[in-house]
Amino acid sequence: MHFDVLINNLPAFTIGGLVFGAIYALVALGYTMVYGVLQLINFAHSEVFMYGTFAVAWVFVLFHGTDSVTWSLGKALPLLLVALVAAMILSAAIALLLERVAYRPLINKGAPKLIALISAIGASFALAEAMGLRDRFAGWVHLDDNLSDYVAKARDVYSNPVTIQPKGLFDVGNYTLTDVDLVIIVAAILMMVALDTFVRRTRFGRGIRAVAQDPESAALMGVNSNRVIQVTFLIGGLMAGAAAALYMMKIGSTRQNAGFLLGVKAFTAAVLGGIGNLRGALLGGLVLGVAESYGSAIFGSEWKDVVAFVLLVLILLVRPSGLLGEALGKARA
Amino acid sequence: MLALSLTVTACGSDDSGDGDKGAKGGGDLCGKNIAFLGALTGDAAALGQNMLGGVKLALDEYNKANADCKIGVKEFDSQGDPKVAPGLATQIINDDSIFGLVGPGFSGESLATGKTFYEAGLPSISASATNVTITQQDWITWHRVIGNDEAQGKADSKYLTETVGATKVFVVDDGQDYSKGLAGYVKEGLGDAKVGEDQITVGQTDMSAVVTQIKASGADAVFYGGYYAEAGLLVKQLRQGGFTGTFMSGDGSEDPAFVKAAGADAAEGAVLSAPAAPAPADFNDKYKAVVGADSGLYSTQAYDAANIFLAAVKDGAATAEEVNDFIGKYDGEGASGPIAFDDKGDITSSTIYAYFVKGGKLDLENPEAIK
Repeated sequence: MHFDVLINNLPAFTIGGLVFGAIYALVALGYTMVYGVLQLINFAHSEVFMYGTFAVAWVFVLFHGTDSVTWSLGKALPLLLVALVAAMILSAAIALLLERVAYRPLINKGAPKLIALISAIGASFALAEAMGLRDRFAGWVHLDDNLSDYVAKARDVYSNPVTIQPKGLFDVGNYTLTDVDLVIIVAAILMMVALDTFVRRTRFGRGIRAVAQDPESAALMGVNSNRVIQVTFLIGGLMAGAAAALYMMKIGSTRQNAGFLLGVKAFTAAVLGGIGNLRGALLGGLVLGVAESYGSAIFGSEWKDVVAFVLLVLILLVRPSGLLGEALGKARA
Repeated sequence: MLALSLTVTACGSDDSGDGDKGAKGGGDLCGKNIAFLGALTGDAAALGQNMLGGVKLALDEYNKANADCKIGVKEFDSQGDPKVAPGLATQIINDDSIFGLVGPGFSGESLATGKTFYEAGLPSISASATNVTITQQDWITWHRVIGNDEAQGKADSKYLTETVGATKVFVVDDGQDYSKGLAGYVKEGLGDAKVGEDQITVGQTDMSAVVTQIKASGADAVFYGGYYAEAGLLVKQLRQGGFTGTFMSGDGSEDPAFVKAAGADAAEGAVLSAPAAPAPADFNDKYKAVVGADSGLYSTQAYDAANIFLAAVKDGAATAEEVNDFIGKYDGEGASGPIAFDDKGDITSSTIYAYFVKGGKLDLENPEAIK
């Protein structure tokens, strides 16, 4: 137990926690929205995020080449914006594909929710393994002739050739807030606000809320529920892609199984905040990120995940519906 | 040469029975296989592929010279995972065509499978498993052609405090058998110079909490016990966080993939130790001609390990037990240095080398021997 480590470096651990919490929150949106509309945990959402991280690295390889360099955030910004768009597109495409292949056939047949859950887990493995084989695919289509070199490392860490070196902006206590941290936190919160407004203020948002509340009545009122479900997956994918871009800005490397743990964390954040509740996802993500960061300071980094899940269990014991409760379907707003 | 001629004459005359071991059994292992057990896919696949390449080179040379007594290799991909390896170990001991094993690659899988191989009497030579406790189990069939973690950890801590002149060292490991073992000996050697320690988990990508702790401790050097994937991410995030001290890690990280994971700038100046000298000058050319890729860490050790088995075949060993006896008495000069085993299966002499990342590349040719 090292409470002194935490107390002496409180700003550092808090900001570190908020940065990851913001990323968890963006990924958590995908879980929470799909659950709100379909009452289904889309376990393959973590892979939607993982494909986004690869999209970011590929954009950099495409425009910059594979030479490893270190850039400031300012210099990397144009490419980062391109990468953000690419990640959002790829993630959204994977999310739509998932909906079409893994869920819609089941839902149309009226299969129990449990079957769709199993389909989700299967899709998650399939997507992760497909990424693990990417260099074999590249070899088969002769993208790269030197196959043996690639096959060995196909499941290895895949690094963005451009490492972003954060620049200090101003001191918070004994910690220097960097531009990268600030951009991640602000960008994540702005996107959450935009989405919240979209769901509350637009016609399509009303459709989403209507389907969430009562799919049958919504259908009778002329809401195209298939369309609404698609849009829900699309939005979840876009947010996961954005999270992937922010994640790559901070970490700069990914791997074929990068989605797994992060996905479990984001799902935890969604449940923590109250699954089905958009604002809950933001709160849950930030709380989880900070709790983890404090936990690793006090108990050591190997306890980080344990702290996250113990926190989840404790909160659910006291408040089974999560911090803010279910809301997407409730007639608030 | 005598052994070779005996082998040749012995083929097809198993029952000559004149009491000469070489003449009697020389052909018995012809057409049989050496097994390789290690990570061929997964996070540490690069290391396993390096080893398998060494085995293939040794077999290629042997089979060209002994066309009438070819030896093959059977590959078992453990992904370096102690949970996967035991199932493969059962397959290996139930395969009658296998008379020896190069591997297991890592310490965790060695500890998980050593008893199985010992009870089956199958001799093994590991090219890379360095955890000290493996050779303390009295598994007399288990050998390694590489110095153990105690030797490496002591040399590493000495390098940090004496050569680098670090006074505050922070030690991190990934909790695996190999990593904890190595980091433990480093901590022991550092004594008061150790200002803090922490543990991460395999596959972890976010190192921010460790980075914060290291910076808070005021460390001027970091030692990481583990493999290149996490080592690369750790040093990258340390440099992003403004850490300017020395970064050192052990043989699990001593691979060009470390630089790839970290990025050239962050990896620059990193020190990676290994209980292995660089490969002899012509080794890589030979290796590349057969394997089709550059040799890497543990390629020479695996080549030497395979050659010891092949020497046993040439010597006329006919059973796994005879092969094991042969290994115990072996004394020779391998591509990785002089090789002889003590009664526990540890190599008798080993020198630890410090390798450096220079100009964005891991310089494999010019390491510095740590004395």
